[in-house]
Amino acid sequence: MKMTGARILLECLKREGVDTVFGYPGGTVINLYDELFSFKDIRHILPRHEQAGVHAADGFARATGRVGVAIATSGPGATNTVTGIATAYMDSIPLVVITGQVPTALIGNDAFQEVDIIGITRPCTKHNFLVKDVKDIATIIKKAFYIARTGRPGPVLVDLPKDVQIATAEFEYPESIELRSYKPTVEGHPKQVEKAVSMLLAAKKPVIYVGGGAISGDAAGELTALATRLHIPVTTTLMGLGSFPEDDPLSLKLLGMHGTYFANMAVTNCDLLVAVGARFDDRVTGKIATFAPHAKIIHMDVDPTSIRKNVRVDLPIVGQVKEVLGRMLKSLDESGDKVAAFHAAIEPWLAEIEGWKQKHPMTYKQTSSVIKPQFVIQKLRELSAPDAIVATDVGQHQMWTAQFFGFREPRTLLSSGGLGTMGFGLPAAMGAQAAFPNRQVIAVCGDGGFQMNLQEMATLVQNRLPVKIVILNNNFLGMVRQWQELFFDKRYSQTCMELPIDFIKLAEAFGAKGFQATKSDEVEATIKKAFETPGPVIMEFKIAREEKVLPMVPAGASLNEMVLNA
Amino acid sequence: MRHTITVLVENEFGVLSRVAGLFSGRGFNIDSLSVAPTNDETISRMTIVTRGDDQILEQISKQLNKLVDVIKVIDFTEGEVIEREMALVKVTAEDAARAEVLRIADIFRAKIIDVTPKSFTVEATGTPEKIDAILELLRPLGLKELVRTGPVAIGRGAKALKG
Repeated sequence: MKMTGARILLECLKREGVDTVFGYPGGTVINLYDELFSFKDIRHILPRHEQAGVHAADGFARATGRVGVAIATSGPGATNTVTGIATAYMDSIPLVVITGQVPTALIGNDAFQEVDIIGITRPCTKHNFLVKDVKDIATIIKKAFYIARTGRPGPVLVDLPKDVQIATAEFEYPESIELRSYKPTVEGHPKQVEKAVSMLLAAKKPVIYVGGGAISGDAAGELTALATRLHIPVTTTLMGLGSFPEDDPLSLKLLGMHGTYFANMAVTNCDLLVAVGARFDDRVTGKIATFAPHAKIIHMDVDPTSIRKNVRVDLPIVGQVKEVLGRMLKSLDESGDKVAAFHAAIEPWLAEIEGWKQKHPMTYKQTSSVIKPQFVIQKLRELSAPDAIVATDVGQHQMWTAQFFGFREPRTLLSSGGLGTMGFGLPAAMGAQAAFPNRQVIAVCGDGGFQMNLQEMATLVQNRLPVKIVILNNNFLGMVRQWQELFFDKRYSQTCMELPIDFIKLAEAFGAKGFQATKSDEVEATIKKAFETPGPVIMEFKIAREEKVLPMVPAGASLNEMVLNA
Repeated sequence: MRHTITVLVENEFGVLSRVAGLFSGRGFNIDSLSVAPTNDETISRMTIVTRGDDQILEQISKQLNKLVDVIKVIDFTEGEVIEREMALVKVTAEDAARAEVLRIADIFRAKIIDVTPKSFTVEATGTPEKIDAILELLRPLGLKELVRTGPVAIGRGAKALKG
């Protein structure tokens, strides 16, 4: 059947199983929106800014594991998507972003709302496409989804000129796609996997270090099975939180710049580090020369470029971590005696770690009146549903959430780890809530990041997305302030927000509800009231203004040089 | 260390900018880059000369392989590869120098492809070292303009790369 390019696009999305898109209309996508008007199989959510639309698609993808879809018009619409795309790229989140483009005849003429979005997004997409012929739409969309979700996932942008949307062609959706130039490795090399098992069983002080790859690769089950079977302690990056239950005694929680004392000590003293879907980011390693100085390193990752990019590796395994861990488990089934001996051999190591846990547990000084942010996070965990999804912004509140919430399930923390995008939290929560209307979704924000995308309150109210928003308000850009306090002689250059905002009235202006707590003993009641109130709610907590995120490894220092009290 | 890398890519719009952008975005060096379609018109072949230690070269190969449009990457090491480069050189050639330019061209089996009363344009082909050598001899005579293609490379032996 002949149909317009715009209609073909929608039919393709439907066949990819897309039921929700986040988009913003404009001149070069008006034909697409006209088709959408009568297309009932896709729910369209209108954010109030294209950046938020992409973050919402990203939150949708992180929470579900499916490909998130966003639409924007050409020019400013397209450039507004860039921060969202770069955020998804750094954290390997599968997205397909569709942008309108000026008609093909005008490309390169500096036409109204023209921008070379293919050029602009080349370094922050996994791949991108400019569609020049209506007959290519179906194949390109098929490729876009395939590339976005396979291998190391990532965002793919499809630029669709207006005339291509208007032109007509026969629609036929390819059943499958094969790209000679793109064949991600799935299975780890069997010999490497065998070596990994024998290295593991020979270790006396092993640690597993898990990144976001275990979550995007759906490997939390295999990881947990391996760690609990062998009694190996597990530490996670920010992106890896939720891949291993933090209430398990083997959990060392977060490592790195704001990681726990015991995680950083364990990594510094281990004799074998097993990296699972992690990329040795500078926020994790600290000073690279002294990172895990006594350890042999096994690195499993689906992306070969991650291996030996930052650190030397003794045993690289390229493959999907789910497959690799699964084979290791199978191999362990045949080495029963060795496993028992291994358990005995690592007893002293587990005792040593227990000593570090006792010496410096994750803690903070509670006060009687002023609200401590860590206390709010702990109360949130206590009072929220077991399957609650938490999205964060970037900064101190993000680290407190990572340190004190206690994540137990994959895909329950949505946070911008790699790019560190302020303004991510609220729209990401919006995307997750759109995917799971019946689950509890909480956006934890600082007062700074919240103001970067607060216009999305309107989207929440309009679409009945009952996100519960926590604002830890210290009236500071807290993380930068913390650095200024510690390293710049308390010269708080441009980090004090000065103007106190009435977030309660702000919530009401959008037709939402707002509650405020100023004292410790109001925290619990405020959270309860917010959770019981239908629809989106802002909870504002006036927190101790100069509270710091600790421990802290100063930038460029070794992991065992933590500031514990400052 | 100097490496010659051959990259087979889909002959598609924007591929060159993806490859060049990868090098600039990750701080890798390009000494030279040449590109043209192959026997299979859907495939283009790039020859890139770059420098770096082993870790950087490993990253360059891996990062190139990661580009969706890249079909194959071969890092040729010394000895296994034949490299050829062409240079077109415009040299001042008056009086006695005219004969000297011709002599040098002859020694290097180069061709004179354009002649004026004041200049010769020389076409030289060979390994990059040979081109360097002829340029060194022509430079004192008055080198007016130079264009080099950068090397193209092919593996030694009967084994061939598709495309």
